[in-house]
Amino acid sequence: MSVILKVEQVNIDYNRIPALKEVSFQVESGDYIGLAGPNGAGKSTLVKAILGLEPLGAGSIELFGEQLASFSQWEKIAYLPQKHQYNQLFPASVSEVVLSGLAGLPRKAKQGAEIRIREILTELEIASEEYKLFSRLSGGQQQRVLLARALIRRPELLILDEPTTALDPQVREKFFSILSKINKEKKTTIIMVTHDTADIGRYAESLLYLDRSLVFFGLFSDFCDSKKMQDYFGDFSQHLICHQHDH
Amino acid sequence: MELLNFFQYDFLLRALIAGSLLAVLAGVLGVFLVLRKLSLIGDGLAHVSFGAVALGLLLGIYPFYISVPITALAAFLIFRLGEKAKFYGDAAIGIVSAVGIAGGVIIASLAQGFNVDLFSYLFGSLLAISWSELYFLLALTVVSLIFIIYYYRPLFALAFDETAAKALGVKVKFLNTILLLLTALTVAAAVKAVGVMLVSALLILPAATALQLAKNFKATLLMAAGFAVLSVIFGLAASLTYNLPAGASIVMASFFLFIFSYLISYLRK
Repeated sequence: MSVILKVEQVNIDYNRIPALKEVSFQVESGDYIGLAGPNGAGKSTLVKAILGLEPLGAGSIELFGEQLASFSQWEKIAYLPQKHQYNQLFPASVSEVVLSGLAGLPRKAKQGAEIRIREILTELEIASEEYKLFSRLSGGQQQRVLLARALIRRPELLILDEPTTALDPQVREKFFSILSKINKEKKTTIIMVTHDTADIGRYAESLLYLDRSLVFFGLFSDFCDSKKMQDYFGDFSQHLICHQHDH
Repeated sequence: MELLNFFQYDFLLRALIAGSLLAVLAGVLGVFLVLRKLSLIGDGLAHVSFGAVALGLLLGIYPFYISVPITALAAFLIFRLGEKAKFYGDAAIGIVSAVGIAGGVIIASLAQGFNVDLFSYLFGSLLAISWSELYFLLALTVVSLIFIIYYYRPLFALAFDETAAKALGVKVKFLNTILLLLTALTVAAAVKAVGVMLVSALLILPAATALQLAKNFKATLLMAAGFAVLSVIFGLAASLTYNLPAGASIVMASFFLFIFSYLISYLRK
């Protein structure tokens, strides 16, 4: 397995208040990582830093062997941001939203997109919605369309920022099972931000727990046995998280 | 038939062509501005254009030639202020807009004597469009349409979700700069045609009208341009038939089209 993301000693401050402190970890190709932590822990900041949207105070980030500052292979990365950022009155059809995932890519990467869009929409069970207005779809369908927008890039690394917030449990299950399938069958590396540590443990094999600095990074099973995490959460909380994972 | 006879006159034909080019430009650019909640940028830039026209009259330079670069500069200033200063974009528009109009009023009061010329720019005169202004509009329309067609997908991604567009590798800063520049040039040209007070209507109304009916983004752009051209045709026709001011008639025609589309959209529901 090759290392596709290397984060080293990253610091980010907002008005001199540290948002991230000396965060270091590395992700290998095919990993499925849950990025968890309390509110204000720096999860979204870390994701934005990886995507080059947040300047680093110190440290370095390497993507696919290239330093972030000079990184050019953006076609290998797809991002699904938090839901509330969209203008719900935007007059876009489902196919227009999905095809916008190809924006900024070289012409070569766009070949066959018209065929691919149908395959992806069928796989995500929203093929019948292709020409409908995006704003008229349910929350769950909209998230699947945005996942399709990410997948049309055929990414090697898929980064999702709390993609299932505001989805009902049934739709959330479906969404997670789609991601598991993509990870297993296409070997797509997934980093998913969530504030629900228990939930992510049922899908992701690894957990990165952040609270401005890195609290834990490793297999979910190790997290359950970790003394450090027991101290951090207290016996009862950790028991709850790991108990849910067992089911 | 009587209306068609009007177009035997050179200046009327010029007004119709210039108005239609302006309509296509403002209609299409307006969609991007309205969707990104930048509707009032047209108003702000028009106010700057007013100050620039006053400066042109003071210096004895044809106002159009001085208002084009100054309005473009103001667009950059709005962009930079919104990006770097610690306040929202609408505050940046407000500041630049107020400075523009205050500058115009001070120059007019200092100079005295060209107030009539200056105030004719408040409500514009489409019928007084010159050949050089028409050629400028033609070039601007061609360049703008090529830009929008070539960068269609990145522009869509940017309008839909700027943060995600950045993460997709879209050159957000470059596209924002060009969009603002094209808007500034359109406003500078539109001030002569419809006046400082009505420019923003040309950018906002056709876009708002199209948004009531369109089922996708491409249709929104085409419908906005179409509604804007219709407004110019109806407005000019009303202006010639009833001896009304052209700019105000175009805006009123645009407003009636908006009401019409809103009613259709309401009945559809």
